[in-house]
Amino acid sequence: MSALPEFENHSEQEIKYTTCYMCACRCGIKVTVQNNKVRYIQGNRHHPINKGVLCAKGNAGIMKQQSPARLHQPMRRKPGTERGAGEFEPISWDEALDMLSTRLQKIRETDPRKLAFFTGRDQMQALTGLWATQFGTYNWAAHGGFCSVNMATGGLYTTGFAFWEFGDPDWDRTKYHMLWGVAEDHASNPIKIGLEKLKRRGGKFVAINPVRTGYQAIADEWVGIKPGTDGLFALSMLHVLLKNDQFDWDFLVRYTNATQLVVQTPGQKGDGLILRDEAGNPLVWELEQEAFVDGTQVDIKPALFGEYTAPDGRPVKTVMTLLAERYLSEEYAPENTAKITGVPADQTERLALEMAHVAFKETIELDIEWTDSWGRKHDKVFGRPVSMHAMRGISAHSNGFQTCRAIHLLQIMLGSVDCPGGHLAKPPYPKHVPPGIKPAKECAPNTPLKSPPLGFPTAPEDLVIDDDGNPLRIDKAFSWDAPISNHGLMHMVVTNAVNGDPYPIDTLIFFMANMSWNSSMNTAEVMDMLRAKDDSGEYKIPFLVVADAFHSETVNFADLVLPDTTYLERYDTISMLDRPISEPAAAADSIRHPILEVDRDVRPWQEVMVELAGRLKFPAFTNDDGSRKFADYKDFIVNFEKEPGIGFLSGYRGKDGQTHLRGEPNPKQWEAYIENQGFFVHHLAPNQQFYRYANKEYLELAKHAGWVGKTDPITIELYSETQQRFKLAGQGLYDGPQPTKQEHKDRLTQFFDPLPIWHKPLEQTRIDEDEYPFYAVNQRPMFMYHSWDSQNAWLRQICAQNYLYMNRGKAESMGIEDLSWVWMESHNGRVRVQVKLIEGCEPSTVWTWNAIGKQKGAWGLKPDANESNKGFLMNHLISELLPKKGDPVDQITNSDPVTGQAAWYDLKVKITPADPEETSTWPDFETVKPAPGMTEAPDQLRYAAHKPVHLNRSIRDVLTRGSLDEDR
Amino acid sequence: MRLGLVIDMDTCVGCHACAVACKQWNTSGTTGALTDYRPYGEDPSGVWFNRVRHYEVGDYPNNKTVNIPMSCMHCQHADCVNVCPTGASYKRPEDGIVLVDQDKCMGCNYCAWACPYGARELDREDGVMKKCTLCVDRIYDEQLPPEERQPACVITCPAHARFFGDFDDDNSEVSRLVRERGGVKQMPELGYKPVNTYLPPRITRPIPIDDVRANRVVSSVKDWVNKMVAR
Repeated sequence: MSALPEFENHSEQEIKYTTCYMCACRCGIKVTVQNNKVRYIQGNRHHPINKGVLCAKGNAGIMKQQSPARLHQPMRRKPGTERGAGEFEPISWDEALDMLSTRLQKIRETDPRKLAFFTGRDQMQALTGLWATQFGTYNWAAHGGFCSVNMATGGLYTTGFAFWEFGDPDWDRTKYHMLWGVAEDHASNPIKIGLEKLKRRGGKFVAINPVRTGYQAIADEWVGIKPGTDGLFALSMLHVLLKNDQFDWDFLVRYTNATQLVVQTPGQKGDGLILRDEAGNPLVWELEQEAFVDGTQVDIKPALFGEYTAPDGRPVKTVMTLLAERYLSEEYAPENTAKITGVPADQTERLALEMAHVAFKETIELDIEWTDSWGRKHDKVFGRPVSMHAMRGISAHSNGFQTCRAIHLLQIMLGSVDCPGGHLAKPPYPKHVPPGIKPAKECAPNTPLKSPPLGFPTAPEDLVIDDDGNPLRIDKAFSWDAPISNHGLMHMVVTNAVNGDPYPIDTLIFFMANMSWNSSMNTAEVMDMLRAKDDSGEYKIPFLVVADAFHSETVNFADLVLPDTTYLERYDTISMLDRPISEPAAAADSIRHPILEVDRDVRPWQEVMVELAGRLKFPAFTNDDGSRKFADYKDFIVNFEKEPGIGFLSGYRGKDGQTHLRGEPNPKQWEAYIENQGFFVHHLAPNQQFYRYANKEYLELAKHAGWVGKTDPITIELYSETQQRFKLAGQGLYDGPQPTKQEHKDRLTQFFDPLPIWHKPLEQTRIDEDEYPFYAVNQRPMFMYHSWDSQNAWLRQICAQNYLYMNRGKAESMGIEDLSWVWMESHNGRVRVQVKLIEGCEPSTVWTWNAIGKQKGAWGLKPDANESNKGFLMNHLISELLPKKGDPVDQITNSDPVTGQAAWYDLKVKITPADPEETSTWPDFETVKPAPGMTEAPDQLRYAAHKPVHLNRSIRDVLTRGSLDEDR
Repeated sequence: MRLGLVIDMDTCVGCHACAVACKQWNTSGTTGALTDYRPYGEDPSGVWFNRVRHYEVGDYPNNKTVNIPMSCMHCQHADCVNVCPTGASYKRPEDGIVLVDQDKCMGCNYCAWACPYGARELDREDGVMKKCTLCVDRIYDEQLPPEERQPACVITCPAHARFFGDFDDDNSEVSRLVRERGGVKQMPELGYKPVNTYLPPRITRPIPIDDVRANRVVSSVKDWVNKMVAR
């Protein structure tokens, strides 16, 4: 027996549980710590999200903690130096907070909207949003506007939930999964866990994506669609379902507005709205009574199809009739859509019918007794085991909202919504369609907003515009440019603030957002804008505050830098008031707590916000006697109540910690979470797990827990009356605010529609497509998705340079060789990039990994790093405004006209070979200087938490056995 | 015992979790630290025991992307051991794990030349050869909970594409998977008898569609007759 190795000394080690933050997936981690160093980070096998597994990013957490890009102390721009020159001087936290709170105090007393506060990939919007509300500025949003708001909005205005944080495929039961536009996604580990379960069960996995990387690699069938045409492909499959009479009739009648009657009076007010009785209830045509009746009643038999004359003489049709009329049209026939989508007609037809087969011929039946919203008991739950997931490839187009609705429409027609094997909601979702919160419309000195800055408009009255119809928010969210911009338009803030359009601001705070680099469209010009001065020599954005843990490109432009901690050094909540870590069958939330002692003069942004809130005496943070209500972030989380019994954390409430979901504050709540491995789970009973839009037991629990405001059933909106109200406003037929500018009227009439439409991505309607023949998209690799870790010493060894990937056959036909350098040019500019030729790329598409390219010297990297010399950003090619045509639309955001979602993927480019001597990336930017206190990046790294426990082969073994070779 | 890994190419999405988990565990493991060269500069590289390779099979549009994680195969005929002039490389008789005694290795690189799988990594700073140990310091460490006595790459794999076990035991999960899924060895023709085995992609069942295809397709909304369905 050869000797076993010595094992490591566990007595020197401590095990702690917290939540990962290497990306936005929020996995549970088990961290082994030795002498304030991380020995090992592994997945927590008891955690609901990742069940013990952990991705590449999570496994590289040690190198985040080691990063030379970590900021060490607060800093201000050195007086007398120019913004962006990167000359900083360290200041104390007292100085920094005094400087900031004095400035904010003045803004708050005079014109609070002069503060704009926008946050990046953080997961604390419940806190940052509350902070902005209490400050009294509606100029707040997180990064959803340039991330995936189309998916959230598409879902919340249709089924009451959506993808990722709002819902998941039923991975345990689904038999057919269709993945749309996803190389990697927020739910990094759950998708991998789920796909494996599906494949083990013999289910089919179909991937729709122009590029065959990431999940596409293991797809049973790859549909290499042309970018931006997914909506048409979805509606074409819908056409096939209708043609073959394949849809879930009962489901449509019971849970959707398919039977509601729509007024058909084109050119008149009220056209396209739902026929209602005097109480406002929607009317349906009852087949037995042969009469119009209140459609919210049960046990009636409403007509799914039909056209009738309303009692007031107006012609009406059922929603389903309108839907069938539209999508039966030959326009949607697979042989006609193939020309645009690139998906062969027979494939489109077959995929639609395969889903119909699985939904209707392989239906699941579970013996679960449940009660519907009307008190009727049922003894079974039926499942249509077809599931879907969709994300960035859908959302980052200007037709993304409509495409997302089209995908949900497919799910609804198949009846696979919140049923076994289908697409399941995750508490606190589903919500009523849409949720009842409206965006704040007024700011007043020293006064909190009356409602949160972001909300869910249902009509033009809800827009945040002045009497003349001009935007009130700095990002022009909830204006005629983008009426239903639920997540704001962070990508427009710098441009609008610099242009003073709609007005100049005083202070801009960015938290954890790289807005001078990979998170902005039109990067080089944004850098110029941040430096832009007015005639008096004052910066057009007078004061820029950046809070970040790392030395990003944006930190370089700050006037004040507030250094954050890493995720292993702070308290944090993944709150039920936000988008928590729930699973379909369980409500769950979680925390982070310090695993390591902080070794720099940095503070968690959460603490800084609570401190500022106290200094500025926000009402929710101040006692009646003017004293501070909360000592710090921990204290705030324990004691803040949104409504009685409802706080940031839903578990271990009540004085004794035994009450969950709703209960009095528990002074030992943090301790309880830490004791329970950093999370809380409330499992739903089997009778609360399905059909939650009309499930009495679930909705009662949801109301109790504060997830929904009422227990009324949620009606799934196949037909969106909200969309129609805006369309009417565009047509001049709405009783309420209407746009005055022709470009807005055009956008509302063209791009709003109560039933999903497909339209060409907007950029493509404003450029010469013959000149720019290639679609250009980008995606993030699995080992860096949603991470801040291009500087990560381990992860960048996997990829330190992004190439422009092209279809091999196509490139060769253009004389472009593998690894050669080419110019990639759009209407907005050009970049020089190195090409890699692959098979797995739709021929008219080129693509790259996003956010690998870095400015020289940023992120603690050395100036010769591949990221800065050979990597590149596609962002330079993308304009934040629509391509110029010399019309008023030139000034409108390059975003989805419904939601304001940044249309990153609408880009079209041309590719031409570069000169042979041109072998580096262009444009080239000056080298960012290191910030004070930063440690220099080492030339070699030898990380170890302890001395190695060596393997030892005894000399005797060497001498007696020689080498071991069994047969030779 | 014949310990080794089974890797499922039907579910491996090429995410590199296994590679980084391996790096993380082993940099503080038996042969740590695993040196990184130019970690923040040009062409960063370092010592890794497990690397994920990406290939394409077939030409567009009949192409497929294949991800293949590669680490020591713990061959039954381990020529890397045979060629070792110092006796540093050895294969444990009781479980077949191929290891390197760091104190006896002189960094001559013979083993790396002998290995057709590229599994050996010279640590230029330490001047010795390093390689996958199958996490010998995890699998036998009784202070770890039993479910964690597995290689770091296996524990972390989000797609459950990695399995660890005894190939000599017909009832082990690895033996069963190899049997049921037609496991294949890499480059068996070279005769090294690698233990690690790869499961080829599954063949998807055909999904019938004739039973949902209408005999007479709907041509107009008028073709539908209302059904008496109660809300």
